[in-house]
Amino acid sequence: MIHKTPQIVVAAIAMMLITGYSCKPKSAATSVSGDAASQAYVPPGKYDEFYNFVSGGFSGQLSVYGLPSGRLLRVIPVFSTDPEKGYGFSEETKPMLNTSHGMVPWDDLHHVELSQTNGEIDGRWVFTNGNNTPRLARVDLKTFRTAEILELPNSAGNHSSPFITENTEYVVAGTRFSIPLDNDNGDVPINTYKKNFKGTVSFVKVDPKSGNMSIAFQLRTPGVNFDLSHAGKNKSHGWFFFSCYNTEQANTLLEVNASQRDKDFIMAVNWKKAEEYLAAGKGKKETVRYAHNVYDEKSHSATSKIETEVTVLDVAELKDICYFIPCPKSPHGCDVDPSGDFIIGSGKLASVAPVFSFDKIQKAIAAKDFIGDYSGIPVIKYESALHGEMQKIGLGPLHTEFDGRGNAITTCFVSSEIVKWNVKDLKIIDRQPTYYSPGHLCIPGGDTKKPNGKYVIVYNKITKDRYLPTGPELAQSAQLFDISGEKMKLILDFPTIGEPHYAQAVSADVIKGNSVRFYNISENSNPYVAKGEPETKVVRNGKRVDIYITSIRSHFSPDNIEGIKVGDDVYWHVTNLEQDWDIPHGFAVKGAPTGELLIMPGETQTMKWTPEKVGIYPFYCTDFCSALHQEMQGYIRISPANSNVPLTFSVGTNLPPADSTAVSK
Amino acid sequence: MKYLLPVVTAAIFLSSCGGGNDSQQKSESPSTEQPAQTANGNPSYDPNRGTGKFSNVEVAATVDAAKAEAGEKVYSVKCSSCHKLSDEKLVGPGWKGVTSRHTAAWVMNFITNPDEMLDKDPKAQAMLEICLVRMPNQNLSDEEAHNLFEFMRKNDGVK
Repeated sequence: MIHKTPQIVVAAIAMMLITGYSCKPKSAATSVSGDAASQAYVPPGKYDEFYNFVSGGFSGQLSVYGLPSGRLLRVIPVFSTDPEKGYGFSEETKPMLNTSHGMVPWDDLHHVELSQTNGEIDGRWVFTNGNNTPRLARVDLKTFRTAEILELPNSAGNHSSPFITENTEYVVAGTRFSIPLDNDNGDVPINTYKKNFKGTVSFVKVDPKSGNMSIAFQLRTPGVNFDLSHAGKNKSHGWFFFSCYNTEQANTLLEVNASQRDKDFIMAVNWKKAEEYLAAGKGKKETVRYAHNVYDEKSHSATSKIETEVTVLDVAELKDICYFIPCPKSPHGCDVDPSGDFIIGSGKLASVAPVFSFDKIQKAIAAKDFIGDYSGIPVIKYESALHGEMQKIGLGPLHTEFDGRGNAITTCFVSSEIVKWNVKDLKIIDRQPTYYSPGHLCIPGGDTKKPNGKYVIVYNKITKDRYLPTGPELAQSAQLFDISGEKMKLILDFPTIGEPHYAQAVSADVIKGNSVRFYNISENSNPYVAKGEPETKVVRNGKRVDIYITSIRSHFSPDNIEGIKVGDDVYWHVTNLEQDWDIPHGFAVKGAPTGELLIMPGETQTMKWTPEKVGIYPFYCTDFCSALHQEMQGYIRISPANSNVPLTFSVGTNLPPADSTAVSK
Repeated sequence: MKYLLPVVTAAIFLSSCGGGNDSQQKSESPSTEQPAQTANGNPSYDPNRGTGKFSNVEVAATVDAAKAEAGEKVYSVKCSSCHKLSDEKLVGPGWKGVTSRHTAAWVMNFITNPDEMLDKDPKAQAMLEICLVRMPNQNLSDEEAHNLFEFMRKNDGVK
């Protein structure tokens, strides 16, 4: 590893920009100033200033970091099973991962969006998208648990999601991969894309009280790839903007064939107009199948329902909903500034970021200043919508966030840097190298009306030599910059899980006071709860055995169970009787082919186990709970299928007979 | 007595297990207004009262049957896992005689404020040396604490 001075690094990057050379810059640990550590230092026992919700990418999960320390606080399971927490393994959580394809125990979580009221983060929920089997999830920030997952019909690859309107009226989803839709014949030659493949954009209503999601309507669009999106705000509230690429409608070697056109599009959606058409009955109801999974906090159980209807608005038939705005070369990020006046496209394969003016777009629409149409959708003249171009921004501009002082910060993937520029003047203020190849970036509140321009966190795709080597695979790096001054100052690197895409951050004060400490056991409505040891029991019904068992520091009741047979379906319903913060109990049974249970105070969770072999099986608490945690254990006796051993269960009373010194036969 | 607010403060003190006097936590969860020092060597500490929100609890001559019945229900959900009604120790001590070993205020402070009591109170600490499991904070309401004490009295033979 070669260390160079900052000046040389900057010069090297400038060289790259000039030559278009697209590799990583050399290491620049020396570009960190001497007081960086103190700026990111949070003393032991003190809280961080911000929560940072970071997508876990192909882990399918959502990670929560504290800022500025970069400490990992929690990994919230969302789209993937998590045996550590029993998520997707307990009977209560399995329905969360149900889809119209059956249980899909993994997804690719790309983006996160915190709920907003009046364009500011309100700290109630965080939404995430599943890119593979198209899904939306809502995580409750009182419990930091996944509360709801909604599958999307007529969709493949939900990428331009889960961005929201300024009062969380809608969360959106769009097809990354256009396909023959659910009710069309899908058995067609792949090279009939232009004829048979369609796109959709879904507007999902969010109940303002409960947060529950339901698909209000789907827009039927031409077959393209929808990439990213953001809602308008202030005067542009009522509009939504989606970047799209592959307007070539290629079906093979997209790397080349979807990069042909000089410009693709930003699609502007007038969703208030769509609402009018919907109210006027212009939507067509279609029979489809998609799963809707909801977790109930009182019964501590999820239910999965297959929904069968969606309302579709065809944007080629229903005029005035959608307009295309040309945008240079396969735009990726589609970001709206805090005022709502400007929409920034990032020409992924260009070195320019066009800034569109909402006022000019409106004028162009009113004047029908179109250059034609694309599959029946009017295409606005580029120059008529343009406020200006941020020229020579860097190579491969991807995403932009805002500092609340009129500036934008954009990641440039190919030239490995972040670039700070003024949105109105289109002047570059600063550029700093990142290590390496940044994708998304995050300023607390950076896509809202009220950014907190203290830090930017950059999520890099390539790590290379930043950390100790760990074999072929490395943790992707996040980098924290202080952006309170004119120059952006790198102050911390920290590793992430999966591959982080988008992230959001918010002042801890908005969330920390609402955090649930335990579940009130008197409100536990799980049908298999045991509210106290007197209610514990073992009930046989044919081959089904229900064990109502409790845990408290530090024993189970019952902890000796006999009369269970090979082939029985044994359901362990474990209720944690504790009523104090930070006292979960774990539960595991030898040989059970499933995850553990991790039961929060006041909660009931169920493990299903079908023993296959005769024997004595220990079970124990997996989460160190007290000085006598190692004593928190029990035994279950499994007898042959035809055995007559009577069903018994007890705690503390199953003592050896008087002649117990004799070896049993 | 030197307690500034002798009876009720608004919230139950939620201390994490074994935690010290973390100032951040204290500022967020109002505790009793007692000076932060241990009972050892503090002449103002009243070992018959313990520490917590209760001080002079009025105890009637006879048991309130309705309260005792409500207390028995709380016992069933939150206490019976570890405490027998006889004098036999299970995880914690048996309850027989508990109302003659301790004052009402001490019992009610201990069951509503176990973490601070275990950190400060000599009698609570002596029990911990025998039982070795810190009594969980089961987040009892004031009413539940009163009801439990009535149930303990009934269990001790008070009519």
